[in-house]
Amino acid sequence: MAETPDTQGIPQPEGASDLIETDYEIGQDNIETQIGPFGLDIHNPVFLISGLSVVAFVVYALLAPEQAGTFFGWLRPTLTSTFDWFFLMAANVFVLFCLLLIVTPMGSVRLGGAEATPDYGYPGWFAMLFAAGMGIGLMFFGVLEPAYYFGTPWGDEPLGVVRPFDENGALIAENVEEARRMALAATSYHWALHPWAIYAVVALALFSYNKGLPLSIRSAFYPILGDRVWGWWGHLIDTLAVFATLFGLATSLGVGAQQANAGLNYIYGLPNNITVQVILIVAITAVALVSVLRGLDGGVKVLSEINMVIAALLLVFVLFTAGAGAILTEFVAGLGAYAREVIPLSNPFGREDDGYREGWTAFYWAWWISWSPFVGMFIARVSRGRTVREFIICVLIIPSFVCVLWMAVFGGTAINDMIANPETSLVKANVIDAYKPELSLFAMLESLPLTAITSTIGIILVIVFFVTSSDSGSLVIDTITAGGKVDAPVPQRVFWCTFEGLVAIALLIGGGLTSLQAMVISTGLPFTIVLLLMCWAIWKGLVAERQHS
Amino acid sequence: MFKRIMVPVDLAHADRLERALTCAADLAKHYGADVVYVGVAAATPSSIAHTPAEFAGKLAAFADAQAAARGIPAVAHAVTSHDPSVDLDPTLLKAVDETGADLVVMASHIPNLTDYVWPSNGGTVAAHAKVSVLVVR
Repeated sequence: MAETPDTQGIPQPEGASDLIETDYEIGQDNIETQIGPFGLDIHNPVFLISGLSVVAFVVYALLAPEQAGTFFGWLRPTLTSTFDWFFLMAANVFVLFCLLLIVTPMGSVRLGGAEATPDYGYPGWFAMLFAAGMGIGLMFFGVLEPAYYFGTPWGDEPLGVVRPFDENGALIAENVEEARRMALAATSYHWALHPWAIYAVVALALFSYNKGLPLSIRSAFYPILGDRVWGWWGHLIDTLAVFATLFGLATSLGVGAQQANAGLNYIYGLPNNITVQVILIVAITAVALVSVLRGLDGGVKVLSEINMVIAALLLVFVLFTAGAGAILTEFVAGLGAYAREVIPLSNPFGREDDGYREGWTAFYWAWWISWSPFVGMFIARVSRGRTVREFIICVLIIPSFVCVLWMAVFGGTAINDMIANPETSLVKANVIDAYKPELSLFAMLESLPLTAITSTIGIILVIVFFVTSSDSGSLVIDTITAGGKVDAPVPQRVFWCTFEGLVAIALLIGGGLTSLQAMVISTGLPFTIVLLLMCWAIWKGLVAERQHS
Repeated sequence: MFKRIMVPVDLAHADRLERALTCAADLAKHYGADVVYVGVAAATPSSIAHTPAEFAGKLAAFADAQAAARGIPAVAHAVTSHDPSVDLDPTLLKAVDETGADLVVMASHIPNLTDYVWPSNGGTVAAHAKVSVLVVR
């Protein structure tokens, strides 16, 4: 092979693809400079504006915590209850659009050119999809959400389903089956097709491998804005994406540290205070730093795979100790319930379950959408070489099954525990009788054997899931702020990863975590409009791609 | 003494490589060796090229230009990496095997404080390659 060393390292030929001809050169707006011993290669002005606006908002939240709290605390629920119909409609559009792509000839277009081969095998690819997009939520809501819908006494039952408990907390036998069925269906609705369709749309919109445009959110708008995306329109879009991603990560890191602390306090009696939480954030950030320093293959991918193995072990453990047969029946029943209820649940009009539709569904949709620039871009980066059909089946259909299974196993076990022991169930005590969401997972694990071991695994999983979101998020922010370059100097990703931890610590100590989290979720509204435009851009891009080949 | 000299090149900063390129060409003439220019890129579009194929083309053109200008036999060897910022060193070490080079000539900066944390690529390749490495500073 040494005789003809021309280009054999490249997966080539790439085959036909529809390159967009533009005079823009990636990195043309970048500043390459040396600050002290550190080399930098950053986009001007996206890097600076994003960094400074993040600092400005942190300072605002620290200096005027009450004003920030009142404003964003008002803004978020106002948006989700005023525009709940819009969020629900848009999410339905995304699902239908993705399903349409599977069945039309557009599904055969390959990301990366007609003859590109996949960069990652299925296990690594799946692990990264889950770890970046959803992992931590599965840990937090896996028990909480089904248990909550099952017994909620606060009037936000999905579709106004019957309650299984009377005022004294005793079971009403004839309502149990219906309430359980609806609890699983309503949870699956939030974790299956719709959220993954949101991510899939953003990831597909970015098929820069075919278009030859930089890997940055602005590129998705090229079909609409043309060369204007290289100017202020693009700066604005990229800055917003960085802003939402960084605050999304930092606030979840802060809130997550509080939850992990509550768990540690519950299991080991560790003190529940800011010192422990800051230590947790520092530890999570440190591991994430090691991961970004080891890079995409050596760090992020490896950690995601480890994460998936531990999560799968916990799933299998709960499945078998809670009775595999019964729970698998639950899974099938959950799928059936989901299939039956998904249309009534996703119908935005003429419903009376405001608490559920506005407080949960619209909130979730806004939340997923505010995360979508980050997760979508990360998925886009690791999905080269897949066809659109394969991509959607693997990003939409299979994760949906996994999420329904997860919810059936964790939620089903918790609900069974509440039905079997309505008096003594710890899940009921921590979710229904008193609302302590961060303890729900551990309360469920206590109903199973080997609690000490499984709770520890639960805590580790929560922490590792944070790390895998934090490291992939830092890579994404670094790529956007380097103008789409994936080979920017390593100190830059160290900067973003550290910055994220510092923002979380500042907000944790000074207050303002929840108000800024509300702000991030509020960005879901403008991004929803953006995502709808993206669907059109994807269609246009795919049609051009097919004409080309 | 040497039959094939591998020269890692960064097409985005080819101007900084002049000393290493000259050095490699002189050695090639002296020993009658041929030169392999190795370039590493991500599959994502970059400032150099929109696709890996285009990158390979540009690298081949670079090699041809060098061959003509310096009067040495030269070829190009393009490699893709998922995360070039971090994976550059192992990718280059692998390229040594792939190209069958018995000498690596590569440019590097003058070590500074950060080299304690992030060693230069030249330093790392010199420390781990099985063949001779000449780091040009």
